[in-house]
Amino acid sequence: MRGIHDLGGLPAGPVDQAEHEHGYWEKRIDGIRLLLADKKRRLITVDEMRRGIESLGKDVYDKLSYYECWTASVTGVMLEKGVITTDELGRKMAEVEERDKARFEGG
Amino acid sequence: MSQHTHDHGHDHRHPPQPDIDSEPMGYYQIMGAALGELLIEKGVITADELRATIELIDSKSPEGGAKVVARAWTDREYKKRLLENGNATVDELGIEMPDTHLVVVENTDTVHNVIVCTLCSCYPRMLLGLPPDWYKAHAYRSRVVHEPRAVLGEFGTELPDDTEIRVHDSTADMRYLVLPRRPDGTEDMSEKELVELVTRDCMIGVTLPKAL
Amino acid sequence: MARFASGDKVLVRKAYPPGHVRTPWYIRGKSGVIERICGEFGNPEELAYGRDGTPKQTLYRVRFAQNEVWDGYAENPKDTVDIEIYEHWLEPVA
Repeated sequence: MRGIHDLGGLPAGPVDQAEHEHGYWEKRIDGIRLLLADKKRRLITVDEMRRGIESLGKDVYDKLSYYECWTASVTGVMLEKGVITTDELGRKMAEVEERDKARFEGG
Repeated sequence: MSQHTHDHGHDHRHPPQPDIDSEPMGYYQIMGAALGELLIEKGVITADELRATIELIDSKSPEGGAKVVARAWTDREYKKRLLENGNATVDELGIEMPDTHLVVVENTDTVHNVIVCTLCSCYPRMLLGLPPDWYKAHAYRSRVVHEPRAVLGEFGTELPDDTEIRVHDSTADMRYLVLPRRPDGTEDMSEKELVELVTRDCMIGVTLPKAL
Repeated sequence: MARFASGDKVLVRKAYPPGHVRTPWYIRGKSGVIERICGEFGNPEELAYGRDGTPKQTLYRVRFAQNEVWDGYAENPKDTVDIEIYEHWLEPVA
């Protein structure tokens, strides 16, 4: 099977040269990944992260932005390794979402 | 689980600045924030390490690569070392590349080099900062490897028909930097002035530097 | 020790396993010339699953003629593409 990420030579349209400034959330997952991969921790290799991205499925890979893919993959590897649990993640995500919603209420 | 406590090492204001936080967080932003907070709570990483790493990411920009190129244009021995041993030679200018090996590829009057990563987004981040969106996108990764002139044309770069184009597909542990040709008419410019001519895109190889 | 030397002609194996592979699809089955030996590196096919990447693999930069890589290559026939390929993906060409 040709991987969803293995793009060399496939037909594609013009190169869209639009660029965006990286947001904090993008640099945060980049930073998290660098720390998890460093010599002190060695909790993820770049190849583990790539494998996670390559395993997202074509629909997801094509739809998600670059750092959304990174987030999905790094989080998945941390779950696989038991560094975090699904239950912890679910509760923490709910907490983050509530906190975020509160920003838009009662302003 | 104890109440989350903010580490105020990073800029975290309430209420948010409307310019940067005007949209509710998306699913993956929530996931990333939650992952970061869990890792900090568990002591896997510290808030200070994360802040410092983001600072490090922010500190890398194409200016690093431009300084290397300008030095190579003005110092023949430096250029020779750069082409033979990229890592040690950029280190002379204070740029460390601890995890990857730098291969500098030189444009000449007959050869033009261009960099891509068809499999993901490998890029000399320590020299150029984070890659532009188009470098990571499907169209560039699919096409530049089999129709480089057509893609360069979209960037406004026209090369003579007999120029040999070398595409470098960064598939593994090497990272590539294009050493462009020094533009004609820059003979009187200082190294510092030359730095200004060297753009990110000419170090990727999709454009050529121009005398201002 | 490295199996190939700079200048050797090599063929990229035609193999299509699942998993995490750093040999691009488009270059499998094509032949090129060793441009340089890059050194020995952990095997990404192993590292991708959290193993230690041993035995290390010699990594090469291999140069391919574009008009041999792509059917009907429309640009300069002298154009080339250089790709990093691990030794276990390469076979000698007589």
